[in-house]
Amino acid sequence: MTRIIDRRFDSKKKSAVNRQRFMRRFKQQIRRAVSDAIQDRSIRDLDNGEQISIPSKDLSEPQFQHGRGGVWEQVFSGNDQFSSGDLINRPPAGGGGGRGQGKASNEGEGEDDFVFHLSREEFLDIFFDDLALPNLIRTQLAKITDYKTQRAGFTADGSPANINIIRSMRGALGRRLALGSPFTTRLRELQKELDAVIEACGEDSPEAIALREEIARVRAKIEAIPFIDSFDLRYNNRIKVPKPTTQAVMFCVMDVSGSMDEEKKATAKRFFMLLYLFLNRTYEHIEVVFIRHHTIAKEVDEDEFFHSRESGGTVVSSALKLMHEVIASRYARGNWNIYGAQASDGDNWDNDSPICRELLDTQILPYCQYFAYIEITPGEPQNLWREYEKLMGAHKNFAMQRIEAPADIYPVFRELFKKTLA
Amino acid sequence: MKRAAVKKLKELPATSEWTFEAIDTYHTEIARVAGEFGLDVYPPQIELITAEQMMDAYASVGMPVNYHHWSFGKHFLTTEKGYRRGQMGLAYEIVINSNPCIAYLMEENTLTMQALVIAHAAYGHNSFFKGNYLFRTWTNADAIVDYLIFARHYIAECEERHGEEEVELLLDSCHALMNLGVDRYKRPPKLSLAKEKLRQSERTEYLQSQVNELWRTLPVHEAKPGRASRPRFPPEPEENLLYFVEKHAPLLEPWQREIVRIVRKIAQYFFPQRQTQVMNEGWACFWHYTLLNRLYDEGLLADSFMLEFLQSHTNVVYQPAYNERWYNGINPYALGFMMWQDIRRICESPTEEDRAWFPDIAGSDWRETLDFAMKNFKDESFVAQYLSPKVIRDLRLFAILDDEHESKLKVSAIHDERGYRRVREILSDQYNLGSREPNIQVWNVDLRGDRSLTLRHQEYRRRPLGGTIDEVMKHMARLWGFTVRLETQHEDGSIELVQETRIEKRRGHPDN
Repeated sequence: MTRIIDRRFDSKKKSAVNRQRFMRRFKQQIRRAVSDAIQDRSIRDLDNGEQISIPSKDLSEPQFQHGRGGVWEQVFSGNDQFSSGDLINRPPAGGGGGRGQGKASNEGEGEDDFVFHLSREEFLDIFFDDLALPNLIRTQLAKITDYKTQRAGFTADGSPANINIIRSMRGALGRRLALGSPFTTRLRELQKELDAVIEACGEDSPEAIALREEIARVRAKIEAIPFIDSFDLRYNNRIKVPKPTTQAVMFCVMDVSGSMDEEKKATAKRFFMLLYLFLNRTYEHIEVVFIRHHTIAKEVDEDEFFHSRESGGTVVSSALKLMHEVIASRYARGNWNIYGAQASDGDNWDNDSPICRELLDTQILPYCQYFAYIEITPGEPQNLWREYEKLMGAHKNFAMQRIEAPADIYPVFRELFKKTLA
Repeated sequence: MKRAAVKKLKELPATSEWTFEAIDTYHTEIARVAGEFGLDVYPPQIELITAEQMMDAYASVGMPVNYHHWSFGKHFLTTEKGYRRGQMGLAYEIVINSNPCIAYLMEENTLTMQALVIAHAAYGHNSFFKGNYLFRTWTNADAIVDYLIFARHYIAECEERHGEEEVELLLDSCHALMNLGVDRYKRPPKLSLAKEKLRQSERTEYLQSQVNELWRTLPVHEAKPGRASRPRFPPEPEENLLYFVEKHAPLLEPWQREIVRIVRKIAQYFFPQRQTQVMNEGWACFWHYTLLNRLYDEGLLADSFMLEFLQSHTNVVYQPAYNERWYNGINPYALGFMMWQDIRRICESPTEEDRAWFPDIAGSDWRETLDFAMKNFKDESFVAQYLSPKVIRDLRLFAILDDEHESKLKVSAIHDERGYRRVREILSDQYNLGSREPNIQVWNVDLRGDRSLTLRHQEYRRRPLGGTIDEVMKHMARLWGFTVRLETQHEDGSIELVQETRIEKRRGHPDN
């Protein structure tokens, strides 16, 4: 007897475990590849997976094999020109006549990269890994749409867990009263009659006995009304509503003077990415404004923001002024949630730092939901930091953090999340 | 015409979409014809799966169940990448040497392909698995799936108890030595799930007590000083490295020995497949070709079906020439198919040449001759015995000698009267696992000294060992637990130390 079995609906993802093991095993390489990938990505582009490539030699499975050399005598097909005894020049290494099957596989492709695709979740997971985000926030960020469940009255059906006892019992009571009222009226009448009969004819008169039987029957009827019935049940009704989202604008302000090297920019980029991701789950529509500055500030597109190099001195206030102008002209208060993120190595022209503080204090912070300043420097805090420190007490929507490694970015966000997730 | 009339009556469905009924009808007809040809098969069990499931099966070396390991994940990713990009069609089929014989059909295939796969896998490969002596000796179709289930559970249990990392490192080491973890000549005992479980605890206890031999510190007096007179351990070189590790590695825990054993058993199970690729694939191609042609001759198959079938068939058995871009060695499907076809031709209509070369089979009954050849040969001996001058001419085979001491390559034989035997000999040697893979055996353990293990590589035609030796040696050292050396014995008899891998801390990671 033959069997034809349909296995198409059997458990899928049988290889998921093996895939995880693979990822765990090559975590170092994958992480490196992810951080390379981040360099090339737009900060708005975090909803996709990523093509990852790692050198195949890192993940080879070694075996005892013959190497090159010695004597090889092998058969090939399709002779079109040779006769026995012909001498042929050796083809250049690796190509040409090549070797037989067994050899081709372990020599030809040795140098290629092993390329595979990471899903969005896997990508973000590795991205977050560096930033030392706690799990709760990871999952919050990785979620794409956010719904809020809210109460919406009561329904007549639902899951038993949602039964609203007070409502149900109230309904039951009302029903019992309504159904029972003719009988209770009758009962009251009978009781009166009985009292009258007893007074007139005495306890044991046949009339009294008949009335008592009647009363018992009516009582039984009242008791037969069910205490609770399935149509008394009321369930709490909850509906999912998308969270009210509005629009936000995010200002990325970065110092691009000579002292900001690629590595510092990469750290700054992570910070901006994370802020974007955070805003992305809170607001439906986000605009990003990139402002870069050295001695003068300029609004640029993202590519120029991260990739073109400048040199020269630093006047931070120029950028803040520009930011204020942009806010005033394009993002009138009220309609827009304004977020600011400033990254710098803290180097500023000495006389300019108090001006920056002044600007933030009066022109920018009052309009911002949140303004975060990160100083990417391994050394001592610079003058800008000292000035900004004075703002800390006065404004709740201001945060600052010194960063040496990407993992230091998180504390800034902890503040931010505390506020909005609470 | 008569044929057309018959055709009208009972032609099988020729749509490209398949249905279960259609597959069933095709299967019934193919089974009938296979029966007429006298193919002896395990009862086939046909299973329909999705492309993703096919890749899963692929990744775990074609088995329906297997233990977890990152290398399977890697294979899955490779297959997936190739498939998504469309560079590579998935194999039409996977067939498992088990009883009943499980053949997977992929959902995406057309009805024609499904019929082709049924004939190819469920009858071709299936009868080969059942008949060939290597499979009969080395594998046990009744027990393999049970054994894999046992292995998977056992390894999962070890992971739980000893940690995934620990188990993974051990499996890595075992996999590195997998090809040298087979008995080439000894006959293995039959596997059975119940027996395995029953004997496992007995065996571990016994093994642990045997290992103590290595720990004996009391000197044995009759041993005389001097290296030459010391008896070696093992007295005879051991070819099965994993077997030796399992039985004699001093530091392994019982569960580690069991895992070594599992990997060794699975390697042994695949050993026949590595030695019969040409025969097995050729046999399956020969039978799908023969069976479907018979159905066509009976008027059961539509012309459109035949065209699609012939197109895939010719793609599979195409042999590019050495100077074409997609040449990648001799295509085992092409060679095998041509040889089986040729043997049939020699039986049915032998030429003078065939009578001279194959006096015993020329003109014999082809079914009997093919069966005999299928049952009693492996690639190496099959080529040596049956590769006929006609096939050599058709494929225009030629041999090239590449000696690194010479400045030029030499054409040592071509498809001519003088060259046939030489070509045949060389091609046969190419399929000899003994010369394809380096011959490395356990030579000695220094029982009285540092317990170091010496492996000896017998050099073959001056071929050196390839680039990954130190990695493999680290794995060997991890399993053995003490220093491991690798020597090469050159063809002139001289011995050279190739590699010495020391273990600094016991149980730690090996350093060079």
